[in-house]
Amino acid sequence: MAATANPGPGQPTVDLREPAGWRRTKNQFATIVMWAAFVITLIPLVLVLYTVIQKGASAISWQFLTGGPIPPNVLPLGVGGMGPAVIGTLEITGLAALMAIPLGVLGGVYLNEYGGTSWLAQLLAFLSDVMTGVPSIVMGLFIFTIWILHFGYSGVAGAFALACLMLPIVIRSTFEMLRLVPDSLRQGSYALGATKARVTVTVVLPAAIGGIVSGSLLAVARAAGETAPLLFTILTVEATNTNIFSGANTALSTQIFVNATSPYVGAESRAWGSALALIAMAFILIIIARVVTARFTRYTR
Amino acid sequence: MDQPEYEVLPKLHVPQTAVGVPAESFASPAVFNVDGVSVYYGSFRAVTNVSLTIHENEITAFIGPSGCGKTTVLRTLNRMNDLIPGARMEGKIHYRGAGLYDTAVSPTAVRRRIGMVFQKANPFPKSIYDNVAYGPRINGIRGKGQLDEIVERSLRQAALWDEVKDRLNKSGLGLSGGQAQRLCIARALAVKPDVVLMDEPCSALDPIATGRIEDLMQEIKSKYTIVIVTHNMQQATRVSDRTAFYSVLRDEKSETRTGVLVEYDRTVNIFENPKDDRTQAYVTGRIG
Repeated sequence: MAATANPGPGQPTVDLREPAGWRRTKNQFATIVMWAAFVITLIPLVLVLYTVIQKGASAISWQFLTGGPIPPNVLPLGVGGMGPAVIGTLEITGLAALMAIPLGVLGGVYLNEYGGTSWLAQLLAFLSDVMTGVPSIVMGLFIFTIWILHFGYSGVAGAFALACLMLPIVIRSTFEMLRLVPDSLRQGSYALGATKARVTVTVVLPAAIGGIVSGSLLAVARAAGETAPLLFTILTVEATNTNIFSGANTALSTQIFVNATSPYVGAESRAWGSALALIAMAFILIIIARVVTARFTRYTR
Repeated sequence: MDQPEYEVLPKLHVPQTAVGVPAESFASPAVFNVDGVSVYYGSFRAVTNVSLTIHENEITAFIGPSGCGKTTVLRTLNRMNDLIPGARMEGKIHYRGAGLYDTAVSPTAVRRRIGMVFQKANPFPKSIYDNVAYGPRINGIRGKGQLDEIVERSLRQAALWDEVKDRLNKSGLGLSGGQAQRLCIARALAVKPDVVLMDEPCSALDPIATGRIEDLMQEIKSKYTIVIVTHNMQQATRVSDRTAFYSVLRDEKSETRTGVLVEYDRTVNIFENPKDDRTQAYVTGRIG
């Protein structure tokens, strides 16, 4: 299709192209800048993935992922495995999610549905925003001070620290998702004689569930990779500890830290392998988030 | 289709009264007695001193220019204004003799009897079936057979059944504008309300969809009392038995404005023989 045409004798030619000049230049410039920004953003992402896969893939084996105990740093890669750390990460992150997601969703519901513009809601929203900005190591120190000093190291302490990190993210994402639910839906439900709780549970939350689920799982994925808050709370041991409520525990992220700071070939390989395992776990979580979101939102399109 | 259970009241272009009998003696029982109602949003007085009586099994139309408070009055009838922060009501509304705004009255219980259809169709992001079953479910009906029966009956009443019966489990958001609005009507009818309030239900619809909804109103009015807010005066003449004309009253000194009820009468009188000049000007298109 030509963008120019001559409709007939005696009539002006139609030209539907972008006029040449400053406007077209600006358009081309902006397009180039956007593509460049996209490529530049992609570079570190691809490099990180490439390096981790390149250096970690050779370490991954069933033995590595499930075997144990974690051998001392000096031993070669073939000995033992990171099984205890995989179990520890699942335990601690899972418990943290169990604590933070229900609480965070309820917090978000309170802020948007019940609190309104009351001073309490405003204060809570402010504090949760502040909490988002607290460095994760401070959360670890906080739990160390109020929990470890009294009850000793344990997986649950690590879970507390991770839950503190996840909570503001879950609150914020729930709040933002609920804000997007149109008021007309609430009104429609009220007009049928629903109570406020009923409106919230049967209309507002289902309408926002997709976003809440993906926001929560992203928070979980982030928490799973956190190292600093766990350093002070689980102590990072070598053996599997399935009792999350007592005794020192271990996790992939802290094992990466411990192994990567050791000058031995085996330790280095274990660190890369753990890193790849951790990225794979986060990746699986995000895929689950996508699937769940699609499932929950099948009526919203 | 449901047949009207008894002869409906005389409408436009039908002689209003038997010889020597005043029209009011035909009046069906009152459903709402609105007495001296003023509504405030914060310090703004949206409507002032509205009094009217709404009768059973009739369609009452509220007409008037924008900002005259007709929707506000409509929303006081099932306490939807309670949901607006800062809204406040003065005056009395009795619903079948009970004070609608008495302290012991639960707005939830009120709204289960007095349903509402909104200007913009607002189907829930659920399946068509779940949309209609929503009201019965929150009223505690759980049985599958019972819900199936209610869903089919409501969708038939709303003249939507034939169009959606094969895709009841599809999203309610996938319907066209007119279908979505009829779905919302079906949803309101599913709880077997006593009164259905309609806030400009056809303002976003084309004439064909509008016609279907008007037909539907005529069909269901033997079972329900309907109050409709409309900007469309032809619609008021076509569907309603009585019409309330609202207008905006401006106070030049304090630069405030408020909605007032100008005239309330049988629809034929409002449109053919209005008593007030403002009504006359409005219904003939000379809006003053």
